[in-house]
Amino acid sequence: MTPSSSLSNRLSTYLFNRPNLVLCLLLLPPLLWLGVIYLGSLFSLLVQSFFSIDDFTGKVVYDLSLNSYARLFSATNLAIIFRTVMMASAVTVICGIIAFPLAYYIARFASGRTKALFYVAVMLPLWSNYLVRVYSWKLILAKEGAIHWMFNALGLGPLLEWILSLPVVEGSSLSTSYIGTALTFIYIWLPFMVLPIQAALERVPRSLLEASSDLGARPGETFRKVIFPLAIPGIAAGSIFTFSLTLGDYIIPQLIGSSRPFIGQAVYQFQGTAGDIPMAAAFAMVPIVIMAVYLTIAKRLGAFDAL
Amino acid sequence: MSKGDAAATPQSTAVSFRDVSRHYGSVKAVDRVSFDILDGEFFAMLGPSGSGKTTSLRLIAGFEQPTSGSVIIHGKDMNGVPPYDRDVNTVFQDYALFPHMNVVDNVAYGLMIRKVPAAERRRQAEEMLEMVALGGFGQRKPSQLSGGQRQRVALARALINHPSVLLLDEPLGALDLKLREQMQVELKAIQRRVGITFIYVTHDQGEALSMSDRVAVFNQGHIEQMARPHELYENPATAFVAGFVGVSNLLQGAAARAISGQDGACSIRPEKIYLATPGSAVPANAMSVAGRVTTILYLGANTRYDVALESGGEVTVAVQNRESHFEPAEGEQVLLWWEARHLMRLAG
Amino acid sequence: MRSKAATSTDRSKGEAGWGLKAAAWFGVLFLNLPILFIVLYGFTTDDASYTFPPPGLTTEWFAVTWNRADFWAAFWLSVQVAFVSMLIAIVLGTCAAAAMYRFKFFGKESVTLLILLPIALPGIVTGISLRSAFALGEIPFSYLTIVLGHATFCIVVVYNNAIARLRRSSPALLEASMDLGANTFQTFRHVVLPNLATAILAGGMLAFALSFDEIIVTTFTAGQQETLPIWMFGELARPRQRPVTNVAAIFVMIITFVPILLAYYLTRDTDDVAGSGK
Repeated sequence: MTPSSSLSNRLSTYLFNRPNLVLCLLLLPPLLWLGVIYLGSLFSLLVQSFFSIDDFTGKVVYDLSLNSYARLFSATNLAIIFRTVMMASAVTVICGIIAFPLAYYIARFASGRTKALFYVAVMLPLWSNYLVRVYSWKLILAKEGAIHWMFNALGLGPLLEWILSLPVVEGSSLSTSYIGTALTFIYIWLPFMVLPIQAALERVPRSLLEASSDLGARPGETFRKVIFPLAIPGIAAGSIFTFSLTLGDYIIPQLIGSSRPFIGQAVYQFQGTAGDIPMAAAFAMVPIVIMAVYLTIAKRLGAFDAL
Repeated sequence: MSKGDAAATPQSTAVSFRDVSRHYGSVKAVDRVSFDILDGEFFAMLGPSGSGKTTSLRLIAGFEQPTSGSVIIHGKDMNGVPPYDRDVNTVFQDYALFPHMNVVDNVAYGLMIRKVPAAERRRQAEEMLEMVALGGFGQRKPSQLSGGQRQRVALARALINHPSVLLLDEPLGALDLKLREQMQVELKAIQRRVGITFIYVTHDQGEALSMSDRVAVFNQGHIEQMARPHELYENPATAFVAGFVGVSNLLQGAAARAISGQDGACSIRPEKIYLATPGSAVPANAMSVAGRVTTILYLGANTRYDVALESGGEVTVAVQNRESHFEPAEGEQVLLWWEARHLMRLAG
Repeated sequence: MRSKAATSTDRSKGEAGWGLKAAAWFGVLFLNLPILFIVLYGFTTDDASYTFPPPGLTTEWFAVTWNRADFWAAFWLSVQVAFVSMLIAIVLGTCAAAAMYRFKFFGKESVTLLILLPIALPGIVTGISLRSAFALGEIPFSYLTIVLGHATFCIVVVYNNAIARLRRSSPALLEASMDLGANTFQTFRHVVLPNLATAILAGGMLAFALSFDEIIVTTFTAGQQETLPIWMFGELARPRQRPVTNVAAIFVMIITFVPILLAYYLTRDTDDVAGSGK
């Protein structure tokens, strides 16, 4: 007559009739963690950026002021911001150029084992060691390393010298020039560009392409008028990653490149050697603001549907 | 649950809705519905999607709780009673077979939960699989079965606990036509054999008419009509039922008044109408009206004529293709007649 | 139900032009070849620079690394941090996925954003935020401060895997279980867990790998402590015994490759996207 009224059954029935309680129990732990630790920290960053540091004692002054922001707009700092944004843009564009054919090939032509192989070949670097992968380029780009050796072996040493002596590039070797920095960034963030583009292309139904060629479009036209426009959300989604990650990175430019600093390094140095957390906090606001602008544009391009 | 004494009286009530509503915000999925389903009955809930039939089923199963009113199963108010404490089992629309278990374990799931020893539940599960003609399929995974086979597994799994009421949520919806017709016959046979109440949700009027003892037609959260299939077809209570169950010529306004002589909509089934040459004599108990054929569709077993009436409106006439009958051409004038009792006057 | 319907079976694929093929292979090689240099330089006899080709090959650096106490200290700290972060991420990520899958509620979009934010914003923002919070709250650095940061960005990895699996399984499965007499806990044990376990485990593996080689956030939350990546970063600045760094790198690669491959195989049959975006 009575249904098994074990403790677990009674508790289960109690919860069954209180779905809101269950929702709270499930959602509370992650929300508490992210809300307190993450949002709390972001808020403290914002607050810190309005403090300033006493020049004599080196101690943080807990009075709200715009001092840090005023210092942010010095010529040196603006140059750092400009340099970083240019690098992020270049890296994003080149990542797009390399990633597109790869993604297109995986999505449209590879199948079965080839597809699995390509997929793993893109996924593995994404998840494997960041620092190790950066380090591998230090080895390759070094003056005595593989690329310089190859150019010399082919008798193209002078060409490389000439490239390295160009105005913006300026470096004694690849590993101390902007080219090296950019190459490493591209290498590290490339998978972030490939995957969203591939996903976007996979979603293009085959019948659409057939319809296009059926309507008399040559393959080139189908590509330009149908495939590429449909891949744009994927490209935009990928660019969010490449752009954002380049903006905030300080390890790569520190290990590979000229000694001219990027935003990440500036933040790192202000909080570390200088002990000026307010200034570091103000500087960290720069990538946040740039990304907010960037995300607004990306949203217009439909990037969020492709994430 | 005390299903023994309840089943003893043949016509006791299995499930009843007392003024049941289920609202989602401003959407009234089910709105103040009351009805009784008798023990051992094959009861169909028929209606278009969003009419409230599936929500009603889920209210019986316990997946939803009424916003107001009460669902009563075998005399017991089910408010706040979770699905696992109800003597009711369900065959789901997508079958909901557990993908990580083989067929036997799927079927024996209910017994496993009730802590029936492994050997015994295996024996019962095999027995149940035999009944649905799936003996020997026990070790397969659901993904290795065809749609029809999955459907049978779902049925066996729902029956193993010997519930007093079985709920079926569009169980044949995903099957092709041939298989569907075959399963209709089998379901009916199984219901007779196990002798429990079947509550069957469908949007297919043919299915509802052919299988059920009684049909409730749902529309916009309430029941339009609840009747035996024959009654439902011959005497639809409302315009909605006339249109949803079978094909019907609905006449409204002036066109309706010209024919019935009264205000209010009326309707007549296409197969009840006879075609004749203009001026023919009609039986005494018949009503007739003149018109002109606009379209002819040859459909094999019968031919469909669309006829524009002189009194306004248009009706469809279905004529069986027997050896010889009057075959007007498109554009030709015709006389339509039917027995007066076949004209259905509708509410709403 | 028919989750496999969308996978390409015999979709007749065209043949790619050689230009496209070459570009695709270039991309893949570009992504994977550089790692080989790490391995190669682990065996070089040149310990002060990166001469290519290496003047000679030796295995002595493996022994040297093995005997470095600082390497082992950093290694164990990383394992400890990654393990605890993984556990926290598994619990919190699974809870979040279950709540987001099962319920509709006000502000749901904001919760999704909150979960994604730690990976959407540059790592340095997370790092400096935590650093500034520790400074304001005068919280001393410890391995727990590292864990705070790591677990925060690992939650989304488990969450993504779990919710992808949940979304592809029929919601009627839970109802079917309860319908057949199982209460919430029995349903969780017999239906939810078996279906979700591999996805959660895969998410946990990826979280472990992610935590194990994280450096950007860690430099801000570690203080004077050295996780393996920080130790390696320090080694890079030293001109002597350079191949030791390579040996450590090989070691780290193996340690992270194993969970990543495991995660791939755990979710391969079910086409889970093993975390879109780090």
